[in-house]
Formats: sequence, structure tokens, C-alpha cells
Amino acid sequence: MAQLLFFGRLRDSVGTGALTAVLPDHVRDTDDLRAWIGAEHPELLDSSIRIAVNAELGPGKAPVGDRDEIAFLPPVSGG
Amino acid sequence: MIRIEPGPFDPAAELAAFAARVPGAGAIASFTGLVRATSDGAEVTGLELQHYPALTERTVAAIGEAARARFGLGGLVIVHRHGAMAPGEPIVFVAAAAGHRRAAFEAVDYMMDRLKTEAPFWKREAGPDGARWIEARASDHEDRARWG
Repeated sequence: MAQLLFFGRLRDSVGTGALTAVLPDHVRDTDDLRAWIGAEHPELLDSSIRIAVNAELGPGKAPVGDRDEIAFLPPVSGG
Repeated sequence: MIRIEPGPFDPAAELAAFAARVPGAGAIASFTGLVRATSDGAEVTGLELQHYPALTERTVAAIGEAARARFGLGGLVIVHRHGAMAPGEPIVFVAAAAGHRRAAFEAVDYMMDRLKTEAPFWKREAGPDGARWIEARASDHEDRARWG
């Protein structure tokens, strides 16, 4: 089971801050994951939403698997 | 020194403690960000600041290290709160010690611009008409872009 986290306004739009999911076999990287979950939550398709895998943000897509913590991050607002 | 914590803090005490840790510094500059009382004309009754602990701590530490290297700092402090807070309370405190004033001023400005646009915090303002999530403004990104 992968752990999916939703921060900021995504927590409200998805309806939860965290859920566990069994990733389908065809979901192998963050692009696959975005397309898969975006079918149900189209707000996650927006390019401003970044995806961190195990709290790491890479420049491009990253592999994902069933042991990963995968976080969807909307634009930030600190300070 | 970098702290990400829920509780309120006293900016004056933070500044005094920092000054005691950097004896001989020629200049110390600091900035305190507060929960504002109004936002776009509407009253703010409370603020919630969400973070992603592992990523937030690493990002804030990287911003501090970049400032230390870029401006040749003798020391720095970043204190950033998360959780629930009330109008008038401090949210963030940043201080930099350097040999001369320009580096200290610029380092504080630089760290704040990067914190506002890069550190994983999400701000939700509550008011009489409900709560709304806030995102960095275009002007925040323009400020960040000044540093390359």
C-alpha cells in the first residue's frame, strides 16, 4: 500500500489529508500516478501541483511503488 | 540555528539569544513576520499553517545554508511556526550576523523571499465568512527572482 498525502487546499478538495492506496500495475512513476489519480481528482493534474516521493522533490518524474509515501503539494505560502 | 515549532515565541528574546551567540559580529539584522489582522480588507480571526515536517525542515535548512555561503554570515537563525495562531502573534523570525550591515540586511531579505516561495508551508486564514487557503502572490515570486 502506498501512502498518499494531500497538503493545503488539496486536503479540502480531495476530502482527506492522507489515504492508503494499492497502486495499479501500470502506475510506475509520478506521471503515471498523476494521470491515474487525476481521473478522480482533476485538480491534481495541474502542473502547479508538485509530487514528492518519500519527502524528496526531484526535477522530473520519479519512480513510485507500494512502499512509498507520496505527497501532493500545491503552491506554498510560508512566512 | 533553525527551528520549526508550533508554540509562540518572543522575537526580542530570540534576538537577544542570537546576539549572545555571535560575539564580535559587526552587524545583526532581523525580521519578524506577524499574523496580520486583515487580509484584502477582510478581518482575520485566526491562521492555520500546515507543513510537511521532513521536507519543510530540509528545505528551510538548505535556505539557511545558502544564505550563510552567499553572504558570508557569521551566524543565522530561522524560527518558523506551524499550527494554529492568532492575529498579532509572530509567525516567523529570521536573523543574520555578518561583518557589515549590507550583508546582514540582504541575507535576511534573501531568506524571507525564499521562505515565502519555496518552503513547504500552507496558510489558511479564517475570517467572519469562513476560511480560505492563501498562496504566494505574484509579487512574492518577483521578489524571489531578484536573487537569481
